[in-house]
Amino acid sequence: MVNGSNAFKMTSKELKLKSVEYRKKILKYILQAKAGHTGGSLSATDILNVLYNDVLNVSPENFASPDRDRYVQSKGHCVEALFVVLADQGFFPEEELNTLCKYQSHYIGHPTRKVKGVEQNTGALGHGLPICVGTAIAAKLDNKAYRVFTLMGDGELPEGSNWEAALSAAHYKLDNLCAIIDKNSLQITAATSDVMNTDPLDEKWKAFGWAVKEVNGNDIEELRTAFNSLPFEKGKPSVIIAHTTKGKGVSFMENELKWHHGVPSKEQYEQAMEELDAERINLERLSN
Amino acid sequence: MAEQIHIEPGGDKPNQDVFAETLQRLAASDRNVIAVTSDSRGSGKLVPFGKQFPQQIVEVGIAEQNLVGVAAGLGSCGKKVFAVSPACFLTARSLEQIKNDICYSNHPVTVVGISAGVSYGALGSTHHSLHDFAVLRAINNITIVAPADNFETEKATELAAASGTPVYLRFGKKIMPALKAKNNDSFVFGKGRIITEGNDVAIIANGETVYPAVQAGALLKEQNIEATVVSMHTIKPLDTVLIESLARKCKAIVTVEEHSIYGGLGEAVASFLMQLKSPSTGGVWGGSFKIIGIPDEYTVTGSQIEIFNHYGISKEGIASEVLKLIQQ
Repeated sequence: MVNGSNAFKMTSKELKLKSVEYRKKILKYILQAKAGHTGGSLSATDILNVLYNDVLNVSPENFASPDRDRYVQSKGHCVEALFVVLADQGFFPEEELNTLCKYQSHYIGHPTRKVKGVEQNTGALGHGLPICVGTAIAAKLDNKAYRVFTLMGDGELPEGSNWEAALSAAHYKLDNLCAIIDKNSLQITAATSDVMNTDPLDEKWKAFGWAVKEVNGNDIEELRTAFNSLPFEKGKPSVIIAHTTKGKGVSFMENELKWHHGVPSKEQYEQAMEELDAERINLERLSN
Repeated sequence: MAEQIHIEPGGDKPNQDVFAETLQRLAASDRNVIAVTSDSRGSGKLVPFGKQFPQQIVEVGIAEQNLVGVAAGLGSCGKKVFAVSPACFLTARSLEQIKNDICYSNHPVTVVGISAGVSYGALGSTHHSLHDFAVLRAINNITIVAPADNFETEKATELAAASGTPVYLRFGKKIMPALKAKNNDSFVFGKGRIITEGNDVAIIANGETVYPAVQAGALLKEQNIEATVVSMHTIKPLDTVLIESLARKCKAIVTVEEHSIYGGLGEAVASFLMQLKSPSTGGVWGGSFKIIGIPDEYTVTGSQIEIFNHYGISKEGIASEVLKLIQQ
């Protein structure tokens, strides 16, 4: 897919259906692996969906090209969402995800470059943004037009390396860089605002010299609109503060701390599938 | 009492000056050679580099975690990156970035620890790096190199640029005399460089301690003790073939390093020797062995040379340890 080529672009309805499909698969593979970061994968699903199906110029065919867009998942623990989307994009056969977290599998519980489509090994928090600053500087040095994206969790923002990188991104006027913060407002211990408050978040990023947009990060149209208006300001890096719901799409997982890395029982899985199928049926009734 | 190391005439320089000059030469013919600095271009002798190639130097300010992360990002785009910062900060504060962003993700970044060991002397232990070999040895996928003289420094810098894999280069600030007046040696990572040959004792050193090791060899020769002195510039991968051949012919082996006695060159050699089966007896190697380095303490106050002398990293100190081993 070529960036900006509308011929292959999906309608919002198609993208919404994709999100339902992705959420079903995320839960399927977490159930099989008996491990996973369920809540955060579900909160980030719509962001990854819009990125890979609507925004990024990256595909299995161009993955070796120096001109491809780059995506680095700083919140590496939500790898199930990434793997499901990469499989859907054709980077590898989806059935390989049956080995997720199994002995000797390449599909470990964090992104690794042994899996085609993964740019960078991540998992330790606060690493994505510095790497993306380097990647975006390389584009500027080489006069290349590719863009660089990183998905961060709101829980990882207290890592100081993020703010070192934020300074340098503004210093070097990296308007080819976009950070997306999956602000689901929960982390493993408690509400993010109780563990270590980072609000008002928009003011912090603005003070660091970034252009900021806030969206509902589980709303396909709002995400598309934001991504389509990059860079938000010429000469500044862009950050999308994506307000999301942890566990999005499954009623009993939404905003529930225990689903941070909770694994559903067989019954809970069936119930989740029922809910997601009902959403799919609703979506299919709608016009595009 | 500070010993003055005798400097041979002939334009010898600090190794980190030679590193910077070599990098500048490499950058002239390859625009993908990039230096990344954390307010460290002055101490890294990279001011001329930055003036000549402003498009090939990236400054991140005093932010070592970002330094290494940015270097990894540049490396992921095909740049031959040299992340240059004092070894003390670079290999401690940004260790996780070295491990994950460079080594685990396998990007062509050379991590350059400048003013290493106790080069900063009386500035004290915040500025000393006596842990870097130890922590980096335990990280997979990085070649660890401490060149001894200007020749080794130039070659190591060229090899690092061409390697396409993670490398750690460690340099000090002291003027380093050439270890050989005429030099036809080859230099490859992972192969120790033999400076002098003798059958009584092997002195295996690296970095700025090789020169006093050579001087100790000369002192011992006056007492008819013949020493093989090796610049074991590469700590990982370790030249175990050379160490085994030294163990076969010498009754005593001494290691010398500007590093904690824990986890560095000495323990790497010791680990190999302990697991080396003697073909004649089937048992372990039976020679005697001593690790010379900085003991497990925050060092005495002093210049680098005073600290060296205090802990026996001097020609007299090394020769004295050799005599003790041989007379056992």
